[in-house]
Amino acid sequence: MGQITLENVTKSFGDTDVIPPLNLTIEDGEFCVFVGPSGCGKSTLLRLIAGLEDLTSGTIRIDDQDASQVPPAKRGLAMVFQSYALYPHMSVRKNIAFPMRMANIPQDEQNRRIEAAAKALNLTDYLDRRPGQLSGGQRQRVAIGRAIVREPAAFLFDEPLSNLDAALRVGMRLEISELHERLKTTMIYVTHDQVEAMTMADKIVVLRAGHIEQVGSPLELYRQPNNRFVAGFIGSPKMNFVTGAEAEKLGADSIGVRPEHIDIADDGPWRGTVGIAEHLGSDTFLHVHDTGLADTLTVRAKGEVGLRHGDPVTLAPQESQVHRFDAAGARLG
Amino acid sequence: MATQQSRSAARLMMAPAVVLLLGWMLIPLTMTLWFSFRRYLPLRGGDLGWTGFDNYVRFFTSSAFWPSVQTTLILVGGVLVITVVLGILLALLLDQPMWGQGAVRVLVIAPFFVMPTVSALVWKNMFMDPVNGLFSHLWRAVGAEPVAFLSDVPLGSLIVIISWQWLPFATLILLTAVQSLDNEQMEAAEMDGASVLSRFRHLVLPHLSRAITIVILIQTIFLLSIFAEIFVTTGGAFDTRTLTYLIYQRVLESQNVGLGSAGGVYAIILANIVAIFLMRIVGKNLDR
Repeated sequence: MGQITLENVTKSFGDTDVIPPLNLTIEDGEFCVFVGPSGCGKSTLLRLIAGLEDLTSGTIRIDDQDASQVPPAKRGLAMVFQSYALYPHMSVRKNIAFPMRMANIPQDEQNRRIEAAAKALNLTDYLDRRPGQLSGGQRQRVAIGRAIVREPAAFLFDEPLSNLDAALRVGMRLEISELHERLKTTMIYVTHDQVEAMTMADKIVVLRAGHIEQVGSPLELYRQPNNRFVAGFIGSPKMNFVTGAEAEKLGADSIGVRPEHIDIADDGPWRGTVGIAEHLGSDTFLHVHDTGLADTLTVRAKGEVGLRHGDPVTLAPQESQVHRFDAAGARLG
Repeated sequence: MATQQSRSAARLMMAPAVVLLLGWMLIPLTMTLWFSFRRYLPLRGGDLGWTGFDNYVRFFTSSAFWPSVQTTLILVGGVLVITVVLGILLALLLDQPMWGQGAVRVLVIAPFFVMPTVSALVWKNMFMDPVNGLFSHLWRAVGAEPVAFLSDVPLGSLIVIISWQWLPFATLILLTAVQSLDNEQMEAAEMDGASVLSRFRHLVLPHLSRAITIVILIQTIFLLSIFAEIFVTTGGAFDTRTLTYLIYQRVLESQNVGLGSAGGVYAIILANIVAIFLMRIVGKNLDR
């Protein structure tokens, strides 16, 4: 079990309110991602759940038990830190065993769980090494192993992939998703990378300045962003925003169209000049200037496109995929 | 230093320092060796020629030799234990955020800046004096008989005085080590259910092992040659005669340079035995 409920949770450091009153429920077995730009309070929120920070007010419930005043070790949660926080003078085996040693679990049970975790995480050959002798990805797996053996109600991940290189990050992303499928344990995952959020989450919580901007599944957020902030944050490359006459025609203060929802069409209403064209093979991203709509429009074209720097181009937005926002940035319709 | 040219340039640049250091070490060492094989009594006939190993035999078989070695080891060991244990506790205390942290840190380091002679005299006359010392006033205030520290527990008193001087050094080195402890590790241990004590035992202490090693090695080097504190307090009486002090007495009080030099060679051997011993026990911490 691992249902976590936050009720009117607030956190202030001195006079600075980091988290204004916030309500959120994370269901048992859910993979929930907190995403937002740096300084949005997502790590603080995770640390509040972990118990590493004290609540200023409000209640945290874990499986309907008030856990607000429970010390971190007694909450039944396991955390994987950004720096992995492995104990440098202990072997991998001792690192993984540490939480069980502290909980006085019998030795043979400890060994059984260590073997199981090591097998699941491909660490069997490295059990007697020290963390300093491992690569970044292996250290990450040891940190996860140390969390698994506790058999926690929920896993907390604090930007666990940000210290890895790009190729390894993709691999570890898959491994963590795989782990979630296998364990079916609640996971809360903090990241600033919307790609990680989109690929891994059952539920994404988009945060800005401590406020929850939107909660939903990845595709809900992609299709129906509540406001301009979520629309701009979710999706890569970023959504194009157009203000002025073109938006007013649709009765909005601004409109947003994703790069993949703009077609190159000879009879299109928008004209511009191709700036930089990024050829990825499978796709081509065109940065179009001089449209009179926005500084730059990003357009995704499928496959290889023969347009070069300085070529004129006409564009047609897919009308059903145009998002409309009012002056405050909230979604219209 | 990749090229031939930069290598020879480097040698040239380092030469003055190397020559100076070698001279500084080799000349006194050679002179000590030289005198240790000679019968040299400055006030009783001067240099009276070679005596072979006579000085060595006399120094070693003198009744004062083994007690002085024992005193030296007790003194060094006692100071090391006190400074390392209290140093760790003080470092942990000073690492806590508190009001006036900067001022407190300066105060803790202050004893290190007091000259050994001065601090020993302050302890002797202001604290440990059986008539006017602060401790005797304190003892009398609670109705107890004042203790003549420097004659009743002379070695213990000396250990306290010297520990007071060296505690700042240990604290300073250990404090920097405590400050370099990764906060996320401590939080991870907290989440793993480790109590304050087990976090200290399993995380802080192993993290400090290297700093402790350094403190022990450096302090041992300096403590083996402690002299001023003994000179101004007990003058070597009441079983406080260390090897260093014994050598001083042989050279200046007995006016026997040859005998004292032989003692100096023994002191070098003892220092090396202690150093090898320490390296074997704690030195492996430095490899990591």
